[in-house]
Amino acid sequence: MSSAALPVPQGIKTVGTVTVAEPVFSCRDVNVYYGDKHAIKGVNIDIARKQVLAMIGPSGCGKSTFLRCLNRMNDTILGARVEGQIALEGQDIHEKRQDVVQLRARVGMVFQKPNPFPKSIYENVAYGPRIHGLAADRGELDDIVNSSLRRAGLWEEVKDRLNQPGTSLSGGQQQRLCIARTIAVNPEVILMDEPCSALDPIATARIEDLIDELRESYAICIVTHSMQQAARVSQRTAYFHLGDLVEVGETDKIFTNPRAKLTEDYITGRFG
Amino acid sequence: MNNTSDTAHNEAREPAVLSRSAAETQALVERSLRRRYRAEQRFQAYGMAAVLSGVVFVIFLFGTILLQGISVFQQSYVKLEIFYDPEVIDPTGERDPDVLVTANYQPLVRDALRERFPEVSGRRATRELYRILSSAASLDLQQRVVANPLLIGQRETRWVLVDDNVDMLLKGKVDRDAPEDARRLSDEQVAWIDELEAAGVLKLRFNRSFFSNGDSRDPEQAGVRGALTGSLLTLLITLLLSFPIGVGAAVYLEEFAPRNRLTDIIEVNINNLAAVPSIVFGLLGLAVFIGFFGMPRSAPLVGGLVLTLLTLPTIIIASRAALKAVPPSIREAALGMGASRLQMVGHHVLPLALPGMLTGAIIGMARALGESAPLLMIGMVAFIVDVPQGVMDPSTALPVQVFLWSDLPERGFVERTSGAIIVLLLFLLVMNATAVVLRNKFEKRW
Repeated sequence: MSSAALPVPQGIKTVGTVTVAEPVFSCRDVNVYYGDKHAIKGVNIDIARKQVLAMIGPSGCGKSTFLRCLNRMNDTILGARVEGQIALEGQDIHEKRQDVVQLRARVGMVFQKPNPFPKSIYENVAYGPRIHGLAADRGELDDIVNSSLRRAGLWEEVKDRLNQPGTSLSGGQQQRLCIARTIAVNPEVILMDEPCSALDPIATARIEDLIDELRESYAICIVTHSMQQAARVSQRTAYFHLGDLVEVGETDKIFTNPRAKLTEDYITGRFG
Repeated sequence: MNNTSDTAHNEAREPAVLSRSAAETQALVERSLRRRYRAEQRFQAYGMAAVLSGVVFVIFLFGTILLQGISVFQQSYVKLEIFYDPEVIDPTGERDPDVLVTANYQPLVRDALRERFPEVSGRRATRELYRILSSAASLDLQQRVVANPLLIGQRETRWVLVDDNVDMLLKGKVDRDAPEDARRLSDEQVAWIDELEAAGVLKLRFNRSFFSNGDSRDPEQAGVRGALTGSLLTLLITLLLSFPIGVGAAVYLEEFAPRNRLTDIIEVNINNLAAVPSIVFGLLGLAVFIGFFGMPRSAPLVGGLVLTLLTLPTIIIASRAALKAVPPSIREAALGMGASRLQMVGHHVLPLALPGMLTGAIIGMARALGESAPLLMIGMVAFIVDVPQGVMDPSTALPVQVFLWSDLPERGFVERTSGAIIVLLLFLLVMNATAVVLRNKFEKRW
């Protein structure tokens, strides 16, 4: 499947190139309101395949809100309203035809706090394939669980205790379990909302390595508070400020040579 | 720790509070500390006093009930040699079941008793003697003969029920020193009773009939079986209806219903319903189930329906609280995996909320078990001798039985009232223990 980027409206304030060739996601003039609060103000951005897009910005700038637009998790929040076009492979995810359950199977999500289900490790990974009917029999399900855990780098640690509760793992292992659970349904995009903020540096390094490996198969969007992390794992970076998308560009360039004043102030640590 | 360096470039005049030495500050803190500890000790003393008085009341309550009620588990019987006289019970000799059922067995018992006291003569004296026996003493014989007609013409030794006045005397609940006319037993009767007791043929034995009989006007015959069965059937209906409906309503309101004016009104009304006096539910049940739908009066079915209405708000409120307590991260995880709302609830939220829901059900059922007011309104207060065989049979319930017996003047019903309370409390205990075990079983699934 291929899709062209949607046309970019005239006169946008964002610095840098918001478009990419053949994007997975193409977002145009996205606005989000929480009741009266205007949380996201006219954001235009494309998300490329097999690449990590990092979203950075000070707290409350709307980066998590924007991330949650991409799999319509904002639907679950009372009083949240999303406007604008968000096209996944050229098809608007807010269209009536687009089933939200199917969308979330295509766009997986890893949350800030590791949140494995209070079930066994095996059941955690098998859950997605099971509800979506991806495995014809137990053998196939076993294969999916096995390969997902391997790809999440967790197999060696848990292969002897697949029947133990997922909540008995350490924080870093739990987060990798959540990643394994997400890739078990073979999504096209993986959204990560500050996946390492609750983890120690060693667990963080493992997750970052994992993100780098997963990039070969998936488009990944990661929200992070750590600029070092953004620099380490991402190829493209978007800087949000008070609901505005201030600057988008290649990570190397953003961090070495930011073009917008706000971006520069943030990455040089003048606020944030 | 004097902050002189700060005051140097402080333009405003320094208040005395800010120029305290460390020692002065410490002294002040120490003084406030002592005050705080005293307050805490005082508070703990109040708390302990409150708990203690509560414990004392509970011990007093259970103590009196046990003291008064424990004797109900024993009953006085007299051992008599019964001759199943065919002349009396089957004069035709056809062994016709209808004749055997309707025959008068009382003479058999009376004759057996007279055999023990051959010296008693005269109409008045024999009548006095017979009054030692329970009017229900012959029921047991009737049942035996109907079950086994071969007994006719045989002799058999049986423990036969005696009158409740005799029972009270044996249990020491009658003052022997009181003047004769202030007692229900004459001196003569007391002498006979003492003689029988000395011979070892009149004594207290385990009171089986208390657990196998329904209600009766004779205290020695009255049992809790009818009320217990009635309560059991009523609660069964209540549980079967209120738990699924309550949980369903809670899940819908909490997880699916849109938040708008209508759901707000429903929520407020559910909370109000939980506080409505139970007798109002009884009136409602009388009007709707009996008046409108024409269901039978005094039936456990109607009782169960009324108690369902009563328990529903409790279960809904507790279930909603349990659903609210499920961490949102689990919901997000499920939704993020592409689970539908129903899958999210069914696979993840409900299993985690179930223990809390069960707790709500326990509270609701315990309240339903103890309710008598709404049952009075739908006729479960009637005097019913038979043990109900189904939910449509007329019946009463344990708390109503307690209420009924507590109203009766006979001495024997005092201990039966307490006995029924003990049975009610035991029932409650068993029910709650079962629910707690169930809850813990579900909770252990990590």
